[in-house]
Amino acid sequence: MNLLLVGTSHRRAPVEVRERVALDADRAAELGAQLAAETGGEAVLLSTCNRTEIYLSAPEAASADRRATELLEELAGTKLEPYLYRLEDEAAAVHLFRVAAGLDSLVPGEGEILGQVRTAYERGTVGPLLDRVFNLALHTGKKVRTDTSIAESPGTTSSAAAALAAQVFGDLDGSRIAIVGAGKIGTRAARRLIKRGATLSFVANRTDARGRALAGELGGETIPLERVTDALASCDIVVSSTSSPELVLTKDDVAGVLGARKGRPLLLIDLAVPRDLDPAINEFGDCFLYDIDDLQAVVEETTRGREAEFAKAEAIAVAEGEKFSAWLSTRDAAPVIASLRQRAEEIRRSELAKASGRLAGLSEGERSAVESLTTQIVNKLLHEPIVRLKEAAAEEQRGPESRVEG
Amino acid sequence: MAELLVWPALLAYGEAAVAYAGNARHPGSLGRLATWGVRVGWLAQTALLAGQAARGEGFPWGTWAGSLNLFVWLVVGAYLIWGCSPRYRMLGLAVMPLAAALLGISYVAGGMNAEPGTSWHDVLLVVHVSFVLSAFAGFTVAAGLAALELWQARLLKHHRATILQLRLPSLVALDRLTVKTIAVSLAALTLGLVPGFARLPEHGVDLLIVATVGMWLLYVGILALRVRAGRRVLAASLSLAGFGLVIVLQLGLLLTHVA
Repeated sequence: MNLLLVGTSHRRAPVEVRERVALDADRAAELGAQLAAETGGEAVLLSTCNRTEIYLSAPEAASADRRATELLEELAGTKLEPYLYRLEDEAAAVHLFRVAAGLDSLVPGEGEILGQVRTAYERGTVGPLLDRVFNLALHTGKKVRTDTSIAESPGTTSSAAAALAAQVFGDLDGSRIAIVGAGKIGTRAARRLIKRGATLSFVANRTDARGRALAGELGGETIPLERVTDALASCDIVVSSTSSPELVLTKDDVAGVLGARKGRPLLLIDLAVPRDLDPAINEFGDCFLYDIDDLQAVVEETTRGREAEFAKAEAIAVAEGEKFSAWLSTRDAAPVIASLRQRAEEIRRSELAKASGRLAGLSEGERSAVESLTTQIVNKLLHEPIVRLKEAAAEEQRGPESRVEG
Repeated sequence: MAELLVWPALLAYGEAAVAYAGNARHPGSLGRLATWGVRVGWLAQTALLAGQAARGEGFPWGTWAGSLNLFVWLVVGAYLIWGCSPRYRMLGLAVMPLAAALLGISYVAGGMNAEPGTSWHDVLLVVHVSFVLSAFAGFTVAAGLAALELWQARLLKHHRATILQLRLPSLVALDRLTVKTIAVSLAALTLGLVPGFARLPEHGVDLLIVATVGMWLLYVGILALRVRAGRRVLAASLSLAGFGLVIVLQLGLLLTHVA
C-alpha cells in the first residue's frame, strides 16, 4: 500500500460531528507527527471547517488505517464509521487534488483551501510519497485557478459584488468600505468584502442602534445618513441597501468628492429596491455603479459558465492523478530495477576480471574502450526488460479498483 | 547563418499571437502555449541579435530596419517581465501580433543583415539608440496596458456580465503598472536624448528630433495628469496617443535614417 486517506467532510458528516474533529494547525501538526511515529511512515492532517482528513503512507496499511480511525474517534469521542471515507493511492490523490482545487468545497473554486493544504503539507510529517502527492496537489490547485475561471464564479449577488470589487481594486487590502443602510443583503455583501481584506470605514443608518451594532461587529464607525457625502472621499467601495423611497446619493453629491480621490476608482453597489444611488453616477469616468439587476446578471452568466469550468477543472485533477499513479508505479518497480542493474554490473565486472589475463597487453585507451563497450552492451540488454517492468508495474497499479470504501 | 534564427523567432511570435487570440475565446492551455511561444521566440531573437553583434564590425542597429529588430526585442522583453503571468495574457494579444508583424517588416527590410554598421566607438550613438529604443518599447507596452485598462473600464461601465470570466488584471493594477512603465520609459528617453543633443552640432536639428522632444513633453504631461491631477482616464487615453507617436517616429526613422 502506498497512499491512504481516512477522513470526514461536509459531504458525509453534519457540523456537530465535524466540529468535534476539527483541529488548529498546531494540533494537526502534532497529531500528524505522532501518527507518523506510531505507524513508521508519513502523515499529514488536513483540518478545515469543512473537513478533517488524514493522509498516510505506512508499511502496514491495515494498522495505519486502524490507528488513523482510532485517532479521529478519540477526537470525536464517539464512533465515526458512518461518517468516514477511505481512499487509496490514485483515488486518494485525485481526492486531494480536487480538494486543493476547491472542487470539493462548499463554494466550488474558493481559494482559501489551497493555503490550508499548503499549511498542512508544510507542517506535516512528510517523506518522499506525501511530499510528491502534496506538491502535485498544490500544482493542481494553481493550475485549475490559472486554466479555468472556476474561481471567478460567484454564486450570489453578495459574492458577485466582492468579485467585482476585486476586479476593480485587485487585492482588497487597504480598500475602505462604506455601508449605507444596515440591511441584511448589504451587510452580507460588506462581510464578503471584509473577508477579502477590505476594511470598514463607516456605517450610515437611519436607526442609530442598528448601525452602531454593525459598526462594532465589523470594526468601523457610525455616521448619520446626512453626512455620507462628506465621508465618501475616504472610501473605495460603497454598499447601499436602505429602504429609502428616494435617492440617498445623487450625481451632484458624488461629483463633489471625485477631485479629492485623485483618479482612484469608486465602486458603488446599490442593492436597494427602489434604488438608493442615482444611475447617472455611472457617467463619471472613475465611478462604477452596479445595481441589483447588474449583479444578478453577473451571477447568471457565471453560473452558466461554471458547469463547463467545473468539468475542465475535474479533468485537470484526474490527469494529475494519472501522473501520480504513473510515478507511483515507477517507484514500486524501482527496487527491482536497481537490483537488476546491480546484478548485471556484477556479471560485467566479473567477466572482465576473468578476461584480464588476455587483456593485459591493452593500452589505457583500449582498456577504456572495452569498459565502455561492455557497459553499453549491458545497458542495451537491460533497456527492454526495464521498460517492460515499468509497464507491468503501471498495469498492476491501474488494475484493481483503488477505492475500497466510501 | 545567424540570420536564420529570425524564422524560429517569427514562428514563435506568430504562434504566440494566434494562441493568445484562441486563449481570449477559450481560456486555458492555449495561454500556456502562447507564453512558451513568447519565451522561445525571444530567446531565438536574443541569439539572432547576439549573432548580429558578433558578426558586424560596428553597431549593427544603426539602420532603420536593424533598429526595428532591436525595438521588437525590447518590446517583447518588457512584456516578458510580467506579461507571462496568467492575468496579463490579454496584454499578449495586444503586444504579440504587433511584435510578429514588426519583426517580419524588419526582416523584409534587411534588419537581420550584419553589414558593417556605425562603429561601436561612436558611444553617443550607441547610448542614444539603446535608450531611445528602450523608451519606445516601454511606451509601446504602456500603451498596451492603457488599452487594456480602458477596455476593462468600458466593460465595467457597461456592466458586461462576462467580465469576471475574462480574468483580466484589476483596473487599479493596470493603472499603476501603466504609470510605472511610463515613468521608467520616460527616464530612459531622457537618458537617450542627452547624447542625441550632444550630436546636434554635428547633425543639426530635424523634424525627428523635434517630434522626439514633443514625445518627451507628452509623456511628462501624461505623468503630471495622472499623478498630480488624478486624471486616470485621460492619462490612459493619451498613452494610446503616445503609442501613435512612437509609430510615427519609427516611420520617421525610416525616412531620415538613424545613422
